[in-house]
Amino acid sequence: MKRLLIALSIASLAGVSGAAQAVNWWDLGNTQVGPAKTLKQFHNYFKEHNPNMPLTKYALGSYAFSPEMYSQYQEAIQFNPGDLTLSQGKALWNKPFPNGKTYASCYPDAGKGVAAHYPIFNEKTHTIGTIGTSLNACRVANGQPTLKYGSSDMIALQTYLASLSNGMPVDVQVKGPAAIKAFEEGKAYFFMKRGQLNFSCATCHVAYAGKYLRAQIISPVVGQSAHFPTYRAAWSAVNTLQKRMEGCDKKVGAVPQALESTDYRHLEYFMSYLSNGIKINVPGYRP
Amino acid sequence: MLKKTIHRRQFLGTTIATGAVATAAGMGLLKPKMAFADDVAGWPAKAFDAKVLKNAMTDALRKTSIPVSSKVKLTAPTIAENGRAVPVTIEVDSPMTADDYIASVYLFVDHNPTPLASQFTFTPACGQAYIQERIKMATTDNVRVIAKTNKGVLMASAPREVKVTIGGCGG
Amino acid sequence: MADNIGNPMIRMASSAKKGALVEVRSLIMNPMTTGLAKDKAGKLIPAHFIQTVTITFNDKPLLDIDWSTAVSANPYLAFKMRAESSGTLKMAWKDNTGGHWSADSKLTVA
Repeated sequence: MKRLLIALSIASLAGVSGAAQAVNWWDLGNTQVGPAKTLKQFHNYFKEHNPNMPLTKYALGSYAFSPEMYSQYQEAIQFNPGDLTLSQGKALWNKPFPNGKTYASCYPDAGKGVAAHYPIFNEKTHTIGTIGTSLNACRVANGQPTLKYGSSDMIALQTYLASLSNGMPVDVQVKGPAAIKAFEEGKAYFFMKRGQLNFSCATCHVAYAGKYLRAQIISPVVGQSAHFPTYRAAWSAVNTLQKRMEGCDKKVGAVPQALESTDYRHLEYFMSYLSNGIKINVPGYRP
Repeated sequence: MLKKTIHRRQFLGTTIATGAVATAAGMGLLKPKMAFADDVAGWPAKAFDAKVLKNAMTDALRKTSIPVSSKVKLTAPTIAENGRAVPVTIEVDSPMTADDYIASVYLFVDHNPTPLASQFTFTPACGQAYIQERIKMATTDNVRVIAKTNKGVLMASAPREVKVTIGGCGG
Repeated sequence: MADNIGNPMIRMASSAKKGALVEVRSLIMNPMTTGLAKDKAGKLIPAHFIQTVTITFNDKPLLDIDWSTAVSANPYLAFKMRAESSGTLKMAWKDNTGGHWSADSKLTVA
C-alpha cells in the first residue's frame, strides 16, 4: 500500500516534471469551472499526454495504447458475443405491451439517436434520467411493472436502445443550474478518494490512463461511456457503465452503490459529457 | 472406390438419453464414474478427461511424439488480452479432396487441467481445414495443434507460447 | 425473460460463386463453466459446457466439433465451407446438461 502511494506520487511528479503541463490531473477536479471548461481542460490534459492521439481514437479505450491488444480486439469484434445480447434486446424492444404499444412509442424517432443525448436532466422530475430509468418510466407509463436494474432483460433493452445511436457522437447537454449541480456532483464523485485503496476514479482513469497498472493498461475516462453497455471477457456477459462503477468501487475496497443510485446517475452524467464528440459503438468489447 | 467417412457422432445418432451413455461406455469411450451424467453421445470423454498432455495425446492419437510440419499453422497472441478469451486460428495446408484431406485436428493447451481443448473432424467439403475459436488459459502456456490426414498421417504445429497475466484491476 | 443461454447466431454470406470458400461465423450463449471454480459459499460450480457442435450442409456431414471446458464462455466458432451447390447450412450445439440448440443459414451458389 505504501509502495503504491509512493509509486503514484512519483508518477504524478513525473507528469509535472515533463513538458510544461497546463493542468495537473488533480486540478481537473476543481468543481468551480463548469461543464464546458471542464471538457476543455480534460481534452487539453489528454492531448498533452498523448499528443498524437486524435479524439476519435479514445473510443478504443486501452486498445488505443497497444497494437497487440488492438489486434485481439479486432478478432473479437469479427463476431462480438455482445451481439447475442443485442438480439435479445431487439426482441424485447419489439414485443408489444399488453396495451398494444411498444417501447418505441415512448421515445422520439422510435428511439433512434436518443441514447446519444443520455443521461439527461429531466425538467419535470428535476432528476438525472438515464437510459435505464427511461425504460422503466416507459414500462410504468404503459401499465407494466418495472424491471430490476441489472437484470438480463433490462441490460438487453439498454443495449438495444443504446445501439440505436451507433455511429452518432455522444452529445450530452448540461444546461441550467440544476443540471450543472448534478454534473459537478458527478465530477466530485469521480475525484473523491474512497475505499481501502483510497483511490478515486481519477487516480486510475486520469493519472494512469494509457499506462500499466497491475499488468493492464488503464483506459482514459474520455471515451469510456461511448461503448457501454459492453461485453467484457471478465464478465463473460454484457453489462452497463454503472455495473462497472459498482465493480470499481468494490475493487478499491469501497462499499458499492445500488445501480441507478443518485451518485451513479450523476457520475454517469459527468462521464458521458466527457465523451461528447466520440461516436457511440454498442455493444462494445473489452477485456 | 467408395470411401466411407465415419463421423463418430453422426454415425451414433443424436439421442441424448442415458442409453447413449451406455452405448459409449460399451465402446470403451467412457469410464462411467468419470462421465458427466449427461455427456453427449460420442463425445470422447476419456481424452478430454486426461490431466496430463502426454496422456491426452495418447488417448486422442495413440502417439506422443509427432513430427512438426509447416503445413500446420497455429496463430495465437503473444500476450493474451484476457486469459478467459484467447483467440486461436488453425489452418492446415491440404488439398481437401476426397483422396487427400485433413480428417481431424486436435488442439492442446499443455498445462491446462485437461490439456485437450478441442477436437475437430473435417470433411473435404470444408474446402479448407480452418478453425477460429476462443479458449481459456489459466496461465502462460504453450498451445499446440496436431492434424491427422484421412490416411492416418500425423503432423504437428510448432508449439506457440501465449503469455497470460492474471490479477488485473478489471476482474 | 432473456436467459443467457442458447440464442445461437450464424453469420455467413448468403450467396457465393461455385468453388469459392465461404467463411461461416457462429456464436452461442453458454457459461462453459469448468467445474473447477467455487462459488461464494465455497461450493464447486458444476461444469456446464457445450460438448458437441454438429454441422451439416444439405443434411450431409460437414464438420464435427468436440469441445472441452477450455473453450471460452459464449463460444465463438469460425470455419470454412466450399460452395458447391445451393442449400442450407445447419448447426446443432449440445451441452452436458441435455441442452440443445440449432440454427441454420441458407446459401445460394451461382
